[in-house]
Amino acid sequence: MFYRENGQFKTTYKSDQQIFAVKQDRIAIIAIIAFAFIGVPMLADEYLFRAILVPFLILALAAIGVNILVGYCGQISLGSGAFMAVGAYMAYNVFMRVEDMPLIVALLSGGFFAMLAGIIFGIPSLRVKGLYLAVATLAAQFFFDWLFVRVRWFTLDSPAGTAEVSNLSVFGWQIATPMDKYLFVLGFVVVFALLAKNLVRGPIGREWMAIRDMDVAASVIGIRPMYAKLTAFAVSSFIIGVAGALWAFVHLGSWEPLSFDINRSFQLLFIVIIGGLGSIMGCFFGAAFIVITPIVLNQLLPWIGSLFGVEISTSMVGHAEFMIFGALIVWFLIKEPHGLAKYWSMARHKLRLWPFPH
Amino acid sequence: MGFFLETIIAGLMNGVLYSLVALGFVLIFKASGVFNFAQGAMVLFAALAMARFAEWLPEWLGFESLLLANVLAFAIAAFLMLIFAWAVERFVLRHLVNQEGVVLLMATLGITFFIDGFGQTIFGSDIYAIDLGLPAEPIFILEGLFPGGLLINQDDLVTALMAMAMVALLTLFFQKTGTGRALRAVADDHQAAQSVGIPLGRMWVIVWFMAGLTALVAGMIWGEKMGVQFALTFVALKALPVIILGGLTSVPGAIVAGLIIGVSEQLAEVYIGPMVGGGIQIWFAYVLAMVVLLFRPQGLFGEKIIDRV
Amino acid sequence: MSKKKIGDVILDVHNISLRFGGVKALSDISFDVREHEIRAIIGPNGAGKSSMLNCINGVYKPQEGSITFRGQTFKHMNSRQVAELGVARTFQNLALFKGMSVIDNLMTGRNLRIKSNLLLQALRWGPAEREESEHREKVERIIDFLEIQAHRKTPVGQLPYGLQKRVDLGRALAMEPQVLLLDEPMAGMNVEEKQDMCRFVLDVNDEFGTTIVLIEHDMSVVMDISDRVVVLDYGKKIGDGEPDEVRANPDVISAYLGTSH
Repeated sequence: MFYRENGQFKTTYKSDQQIFAVKQDRIAIIAIIAFAFIGVPMLADEYLFRAILVPFLILALAAIGVNILVGYCGQISLGSGAFMAVGAYMAYNVFMRVEDMPLIVALLSGGFFAMLAGIIFGIPSLRVKGLYLAVATLAAQFFFDWLFVRVRWFTLDSPAGTAEVSNLSVFGWQIATPMDKYLFVLGFVVVFALLAKNLVRGPIGREWMAIRDMDVAASVIGIRPMYAKLTAFAVSSFIIGVAGALWAFVHLGSWEPLSFDINRSFQLLFIVIIGGLGSIMGCFFGAAFIVITPIVLNQLLPWIGSLFGVEISTSMVGHAEFMIFGALIVWFLIKEPHGLAKYWSMARHKLRLWPFPH
Repeated sequence: MGFFLETIIAGLMNGVLYSLVALGFVLIFKASGVFNFAQGAMVLFAALAMARFAEWLPEWLGFESLLLANVLAFAIAAFLMLIFAWAVERFVLRHLVNQEGVVLLMATLGITFFIDGFGQTIFGSDIYAIDLGLPAEPIFILEGLFPGGLLINQDDLVTALMAMAMVALLTLFFQKTGTGRALRAVADDHQAAQSVGIPLGRMWVIVWFMAGLTALVAGMIWGEKMGVQFALTFVALKALPVIILGGLTSVPGAIVAGLIIGVSEQLAEVYIGPMVGGGIQIWFAYVLAMVVLLFRPQGLFGEKIIDRV
Repeated sequence: MSKKKIGDVILDVHNISLRFGGVKALSDISFDVREHEIRAIIGPNGAGKSSMLNCINGVYKPQEGSITFRGQTFKHMNSRQVAELGVARTFQNLALFKGMSVIDNLMTGRNLRIKSNLLLQALRWGPAEREESEHREKVERIIDFLEIQAHRKTPVGQLPYGLQKRVDLGRALAMEPQVLLLDEPMAGMNVEEKQDMCRFVLDVNDEFGTTIVLIEHDMSVVMDISDRVVVLDYGKKIGDGEPDEVRANPDVISAYLGTSH
C-alpha cells in the first residue's frame, strides 16, 4: 500500500515527461545511487569491488551502448568487442604518447575514435539489414582483431604485444585501490546512463525506434534513415569505446586483443537480450546476471557434483556455462523477448496493487 | 606462373569446403527463413562426434579396420545430427514461428553456445584427429603443361572431390526430387505450403538434418586437415561472407561465391599479406563481402528485396 | 452550410507510369488536385491506387512521368523532400511503430520541426526540454481531436484496430500537412467507426483547410464527402470528375460499380 500513485497529478508536460514519474521511484533511485556511492564502499570488500562490482559496471555501460544500437535502433551488431578494443587502444595511445594527458580526456578520446570506427563500419547498415548487416559487423570484429595484433604502433611497439597502464589519477586523486576504481567507474556509469536515457526518451530516441519498427514508414514522416542509423552507430560506439577504455585501464590494467574478441561481442549481445532490448535499466540487470552467474556456477556445480560423487573440473564448469547461457538465450527469446526488464516492470506493477492481488 | 596456379588451386579447394558449409546455411534459410548462425558449431559438434566414435568403437567392439571405424562413426554422427535437427525444431523453431529474422538469428546464437558447451562436455575439449586413411604425399600434376608440374596434396584433392560430390548431391536433391520441391515451396511461403498439405514441422527437421549432414562432411574434411578443435567453429563461420557474396537464397550463388572467396582469400594472403604483416585471411573475406554489400545489397546472385508498404 | 472555397491546383500528376519487373502497376496516369478539396481515388482491388499514393510520396519511383507540387516539378519524389513540402499520409496496412506508445508515435510526426541537436538532447536541458513540451502540447491537441486520450501511453501494438487507424491519422496530422494522403482510412471498420472517421476527415478539411486525397472503397462515403473523384482500373484512368458525373460514367459502372440486370 505504500506504492501508489494516488494524488500524484502532473500539471505540466515537463513533469509528466520526467524519467521517474512516480514519486516513490524517484526516492528509490536516489536512495540506490546514494547507497552505491556511500553505502557500498563501507560494506564491500576488495574481492567484491575487483571481481564483481567493477566488471558489472563497465559491462553495463558497454551494454547501454549496444542496446542503443540493437535494442532501440534495431541494427544488429556482432562487432561490439572490436569497438571496445578501439576505445581501449586509442585511449592508450593518447594517454601514453601525449605528455601530461588527463586520464578522463584520454578515456573520452578512446570513445571518440571508437565512434569514428563505428560510423565507418556502420555504413553497410544504410544498404542492408538483419543477417547481412550482422556479417558486415563481423568484418569490423575480425579486422580490428588483426589490426591490434599485427600493427605494432598500437601497442607502442612493445615486443610482447601487450599494453599496460599504471598510476592513474584524476585531479590529484590516485585511483589505486579497488574501492577507488569502483568509485571512478561508478561516476562514469551514472553520468553516461543519464545521458543515454535522455537521448532515448527524446526526439532522436524516437527516430531510432521508428527506424527499428518500420523504416519505410519512418522516411515518409521525414525521418532520414541515414542520419538515424549513423547516429545510432556513432553514439553506441562512443559509449562502447569509453567502456572498452575503462575495461582496459581500470579493470584489467594490462591487456591484449583477446580481451575484446568475438566472445566479448557475444557476451554483450547476451547481456542486452537477457536484460531487455530497448531498456537502459535492463542493461544493468543483464550485466549483473552475466557477471554473477559464472561465479555462482563455479561454486554450485562442483558442490552438486560432490553430492553425487562426481568431480566437476573448472573446464567442465566453463562448458556448463556455455550450455546454460545458450539455453537461457533461447528461453528468453521464446518466453520473454523483453528480458529481465520486463519481469521487473511486471513486479512493479504487482507492487502497485499490493497487498491486493488485482 | 606455376606458383600462382598452385595458389589458385589451393584457394579453390578451400573454396569448395566453404561452399559446402554455405550450402547448409542456404538450405535452412530457403526452407525456413532462419539464418542459422549455429552452422559453425554444428560443424564442430559433428566432427567431434565422428572423431571420438571412430576412436571409441574399435575399443568397445574390438575390431581394427580403419575403414569400418570411420564408416560406423560417420553413421552415428549423422544419426546424432538427425536427433539434433529434431530437437531444434521441437524446442526452438516451433516456438519462434512468427518472429522476425533478428530474433531467430539470436536464437541460433544461443543454440551455438549450447552445442559448443554440450559437445565439449560429452566429447571432451582436446584436439582430436580424424584419420581417413588418405595418402599423405603430395603429387605433381599437369606435368605436361608446366615444367615440373604443379604441387598439390593428394589428401586435399580427395577431400575436395568429396566436397564437390556432396555439393552436387545436395543440389540435385533440392532441384530434382519431390521433397526438394516441397522444401522450395516452404521457402517461398510457409502458409501456402501448409495449405497444400506440406507438413511444415517435418520439412524443417529434414532441412536441418541435411544441414547437419553438410556440417558433418565439412567437419570431417576440415578435421582431417587441421584436427578437430574449437577453432573449427571459426573456420566454418567463414561461410558467412560466402553467403553474403552469393546471396542468401541462391544455391548456385553459394557454390560460386565459395570458390571466389576461397581463391581471393588465398591470393590476398600470398600477395598482399606480406606487405601488411600477414595473417589477413582472418578478415579479408569479411571485408570483401562488406564491400560487395555496399554496391549490391542482395549479393551477386540473390534476389532484390522490394519493401512493400 | 456555406460552399467551401476550393483553390488552385496544388498537386498535378503527369503521365505517371510504374512497372515492377513485368507487371505494369500504373499506365500514363494524369490528374490534378486542387487546394482545400477532398479528392477521392477509387477503383477495384489491384487497380494501382496505393501505388499512385506511393509515387506521390516517394516510396516508389515511377519509370515515366512527373509530379508537380506547388509549381515545383519532380521526376522522382524523395520521401523526406515530400514530407518537408507538407505532404503526409496514412497507410492501408497501418505502418505504425508498434513498440512505441501513442504519444511517441504522434511525436515522431513532429520530428521535422524539432531543432535541438544531439548534445542538447542528451543533457535535456533548457531549450531541449521546452521544445519537447511544446511539441507535446501540439500532439495532445490532436489526441483530444481524435478522442484517444485514455490510450495515450499504451504501446500502439496493443490497441484495437480501429484505434490504431486513428493513431495512424494522428501521426499524419502531427506533421501539420498541407496535403493529406489517406489510404483506405476506413477499411475494416464498422458503421460507427466509419462515421467517426468521416467526421475527423471532414473536420480536418474544414478547420485546417487541408487538401485531402483519399482512397476508399465505401461508395457512400466517397459520394458523400468528396469534391472530385478519379477512377483507376488495371493501372489506367477510366474516370475523372465530380461524384455524380463519375457515377453515371458507363466505363466506371461496368468496371467497378456494377450494373443491375
